[in-house]
Amino acid sequence: MEKLIIAGRVFDSRLFLGTGKFNSNKNMEETILASGTEMVTVAMKRIELDNKEDDMMKHIVHPHIQLLPNTSGVRTAEEAIFAAQMAREAFGTNWLKLEIHPDPRYLLPDSTETLKATEELVKMGFVVLPYCQADPTLCKRLEEAGAATVMPLAAPIGTNKGLQTRDFLRIIIEQSNVPVVVDAGIGAPSHAAEAMEMGAAACLVNTAIAVAGNPVEMAIAFKEAVIAGRRAYEAGLGLKSESLIASASSPLTAFLND
Amino acid sequence: MFSEELEKISWEETTKAIYSKTEADVIRALSKSKCDIDDFMAMISPAAEKYLEPMAHLSRKYTEERFGKTISMFIPLYITNSCTNSCVYCGFHISNPMARTILTPEEIENEYKAIKKLGPFENLLIVTGENPAKAGVPYIAKALDLAKPYFSNLKIEVMPLKAEEYAELVKHGLNGVICFQETYNKARYNIYHPRGMKSKFEWRVNGFDRMGQSGVHSIGMGVLIGLEDWRTDVTMMAYHLRYLQKKYWKTKYSVNFPRMRPAENEGFQPNVIMSDKELAQVTFAMRIFDHDVDISYSTREPANIRDNMATLGVTTMSAESKTEPGGYYSYPQALEQFHISDDRTAAEMEKVLKGLGRIPVWKDWDVSFDMMGR
Repeated sequence: MEKLIIAGRVFDSRLFLGTGKFNSNKNMEETILASGTEMVTVAMKRIELDNKEDDMMKHIVHPHIQLLPNTSGVRTAEEAIFAAQMAREAFGTNWLKLEIHPDPRYLLPDSTETLKATEELVKMGFVVLPYCQADPTLCKRLEEAGAATVMPLAAPIGTNKGLQTRDFLRIIIEQSNVPVVVDAGIGAPSHAAEAMEMGAAACLVNTAIAVAGNPVEMAIAFKEAVIAGRRAYEAGLGLKSESLIASASSPLTAFLND
Repeated sequence: MFSEELEKISWEETTKAIYSKTEADVIRALSKSKCDIDDFMAMISPAAEKYLEPMAHLSRKYTEERFGKTISMFIPLYITNSCTNSCVYCGFHISNPMARTILTPEEIENEYKAIKKLGPFENLLIVTGENPAKAGVPYIAKALDLAKPYFSNLKIEVMPLKAEEYAELVKHGLNGVICFQETYNKARYNIYHPRGMKSKFEWRVNGFDRMGQSGVHSIGMGVLIGLEDWRTDVTMMAYHLRYLQKKYWKTKYSVNFPRMRPAENEGFQPNVIMSDKELAQVTFAMRIFDHDVDISYSTREPANIRDNMATLGVTTMSAESKTEPGGYYSYPQALEQFHISDDRTAAEMEKVLKGLGRIPVWKDWDVSFDMMGR
């Protein structure tokens, strides 16, 4: 399998994990390790920034894991930039998952503010991975602004509904020069496999694993699904039976035989 | 720049890959809703020759989904045949002892008026040889300025320019640039283009990046069929198209497959001849590979091919073209760059296309769109 490279860092695993909604930090850590992930996002707002011994952080930090602080909770570009600077200070990394969702109900990303913040943060030296709408034009604009990846949503966050934005994700993947990470809405390993078969670079999963009956087992299932989907993509999917047109009664190419 | 990408793609390996495609590869390509370069190679390979009929159906389906039943009409105007290059296959070759003309502004305007009498042409393609000293950017800008009152969409097919020169021409109403790479076989490019600016492979192939950077609305690409193995050349063009689409995503693209015919005199004999079937195959393959790209057939192609392909994938056509400078009014006798096969008038073409259930579209743009905010 091809390795994933983001901002020069090489990843063997194409499964990224979120850290919300687990029933204990211990369970979260076991899940992270079982999933084989090398990128874990953590909400800055969850961490006691002054406490070097923060319990959640102790369970996240491992040498093989790239920590990806996120700005969940901010509502504007200005707030996001402030939060990013704090995150850089606190976590000692310039990697950032940019999330700006002013709406507290559906947590849908604000496209205008996200683009504005990406432009600024890139100039400030951040490696920006923006969570965004599955909007192909926006994704190109984010790429041009210097985003390290784009992270379009598959469905409203936390809904586990799968690839509701399938047609747009396809266009985004087709057009993108940066890795496309499908984020939000992936509810089952089969959804993740489908995203990977389409050519997504990676999937970010949180709720579907954290609230599963057995998060550790579900993390393993997602790990395998992501690998299977990616392998299938690289191997080249076979034909769908209905699409090849049988020989027509009125040939369109008879003129070529004259 | 694309030259760096091209370094990573081996001409020999690509050729080998195309000729080792199997029928299974072709079937897989035809069954996909989105094809990649590998699928494109399968569809242009000898293994796909048996699948022309299903390819024609798919090509028509995708074309009608995206373009409906329209054919966009354009007309070329050569404003000079003076050229400092020595492309071995070209009628404008520097050593060719032909009369050279650089049309004056008055002559150019007379040509515009004469074209408007042929038909309701709004899409004009201004063509020059490469003579930056005597027919450079200011000369082209002047021709664009003069064209604005007569035409609503202005394209040029001239030597590759600097990005800032393209941007400058946009201020004069330029909408699109057409440039043929001729061949992507870098190792053999200079056999055909031994001297002059055109001998600089990188300058030409990276010209498309400069067009993209300057923000022209449309870019036309092409390889000259007759120099190198056309299958490998059009595959390289497909790579190039994908690269440009991803990088300059606000630009519209068109492709051409100009075929050289065997010369009747002692002129340059093409190294390879593309048959009508192969032309149809590559056209279908391009449409199945890219549902949105404009596919253009000029009057270089014979009438029966143009008429049949007008319903199977082609979306842009010229009509009543002259390939000599001033050919519509000032100098109808001068030597042409290449020979026209389809010499029907614009009015005849309109009638034929309508008879085929196609609407010729003369105007689908306004020059003011190119100059907005500039």
